[in-house]
Amino acid sequence: MDRRPWPDGLAAALAWGVAMGITAVFGLVLADLLRHGLPEISLGFLLEAPREAGRAGGIGPVIVSTLLILAVCLLTSLPIALATAVLLAEFSHGRSGFARLIRASLDGLAGVPSIVFGLFGNALFSLALGLGFSILSGGLTLACMVLPILIRSAEQALREVPSDYRRAAAALGISQAASLRQVLLPCAAPGLAIGVVLGIGRALAETAALLFTSGYVDRLPGSLLDSGRALSVHIYDLAMNVPGGEARAYATAVVLVVLLLVANALTLGIAELWRLDGGTSR
Amino acid sequence: MSLPLRPQPCLEVRQLSVSYDRRCVIDAVSTVMHRSRITAIVGPSGCGKSTFLSCLNRLSDLTPGCRLSGSIRLDGDDILSARTDLIRLRRRVGAIAQRPNPFPLSIRRNITMPLEHHGLRHRDRREAVLERVLRRVGLWREVRGRLDQPALALSGGQQQRLCLARALALEPEVLLLDEPCSALDPVASGVVEDLIASLRGATTQVIVTHNLAQARRLADDLIVFWTDEGRGTIVEQGPADAVFTSPQSAITAAYLSGSRG
Ligand SMILES: Nc1ncnc2c1ncn2[C@@H]1O[C@H](COP(=O)(O)OP(=O)(O)OP(=O)(O)O)[C@@H](O)[C@H]1O
Ligand SMILES: [Mg+2]
Repeated sequence: MDRRPWPDGLAAALAWGVAMGITAVFGLVLADLLRHGLPEISLGFLLEAPREAGRAGGIGPVIVSTLLILAVCLLTSLPIALATAVLLAEFSHGRSGFARLIRASLDGLAGVPSIVFGLFGNALFSLALGLGFSILSGGLTLACMVLPILIRSAEQALREVPSDYRRAAAALGISQAASLRQVLLPCAAPGLAIGVVLGIGRALAETAALLFTSGYVDRLPGSLLDSGRALSVHIYDLAMNVPGGEARAYATAVVLVVLLLVANALTLGIAELWRLDGGTSR
Repeated sequence: MSLPLRPQPCLEVRQLSVSYDRRCVIDAVSTVMHRSRITAIVGPSGCGKSTFLSCLNRLSDLTPGCRLSGSIRLDGDDILSARTDLIRLRRRVGAIAQRPNPFPLSIRRNITMPLEHHGLRHRDRREAVLERVLRRVGLWREVRGRLDQPALALSGGQQQRLCLARALALEPEVLLLDEPCSALDPVASGVVEDLIASLRGATTQVIVTHNLAQARRLADDLIVFWTDEGRGTIVEQGPADAVFTSPQSAITAAYLSGSRG
């Protein structure tokens, strides 16, 4: 028998123990959510407006507001993130002082607590730019918050594309822009998607930054300039401020988790299509 | 194949020095490559052959820390000048890398994508070129049924021939080949060698090879690189027959007879 010497065996046992522990905690959280939340979920809950501060009715407008905030966040942050990552990974050789400055600021930004982003968003978007408490203010604030994650992961994804492809494209007289579009970005798509998944996760989970920017009005927003309540804010409100709101808070959390999983699956699916598309289209 | 009686210069290299991060790897080499002829470059590993080749289409620009000095004239214009249109230059001077580097696209897209980029709008014309160049490199029969499969699924030798086809599709005036046969079996190697020989008279070719027999079979002109304490230099050059039969330097004589390098 190949019995391992005891330090190895101990290390392996520890590693297994930790892994099992983490899985168990995740399973417990999920089971707890489902046990309390599932009984409350119905079609009415998903579609109706909240009544009695959320104790009755549903979360229809809250889901809509959440999706709108997420859309604003991604539509503004993705193009900026992609452009910056391309600049850092493809045009700066990673050595210039400019690139170093950008990276240092991004790492700084990534560590800023979200409540600070909330105050900043409130000061800039709500007050200075006059957007008030609105979906737009909230989405833009979240965009600032997820930018560092998106940029650094996109830069990493681009750097992992073998430089052979860049040389092959250049040797054929293909411009850098075209080689990015046709070869490098499709190649980096799976890595880019991981960044987007992380960004979406952070954005959907955010409460503090939204309290001061998109507000907590739970009506269906009529436009992007209306205030709207995000799912996370709704959960917070039900759990902290509404006596008897716990069951509804759990149900809302289940919806939030499902939304997150759907968003992640969509992102990864789109990235896979993009990667394959580079190879077969036209 | 009849060659013009007096060879005309196509690429003229003068006092070319190359350094990587200030370490000089090519030291003031001067040479001429003639139009429509095959120039073979031989020499021991690490003496700067690939580096030299990468200067001729300015692919060296992509290597951070790589610095060039001297001049390289293509039909009289200095391609090292800052005004050089690199896209046009690389369209005129095609290149095959030492390691096959097809794009992670389908076999078809590997060839049609660059064509599209260079303005061949007609799909039918692109397909025609696709078949023609794949036939030329002897790949058509092997891949005709799976043109939409990923090129990376091909074997190393097939990938190298695909890269050759991809370069030929753009009809370059000059073709730089860095050990094009090193990943090929003898049959595929023969196909590629025949192809190179058949381009003689139409395309100026510069081929790096470790295979002296191949150099002897293909080369019109021969350049022998050597390395002196890490600095690559040219020890001998001239018409291949002359260099092979009566080398001037002792190093070349030993290297070509197989007793050194
Ligand atoms: N990107 C690079 N950065 C730094 N040094 C390099 C780089 N590429 C090549 N060199 C160095 O330059 C010298 C010449 O390399 P090169 O690849 O041109 O040699 P070669 O003659 O093509 O060799 P081989 O026959 O093995 O392919 C070597 O000393 C190598 O270490
Ligand atoms: Mg080499």
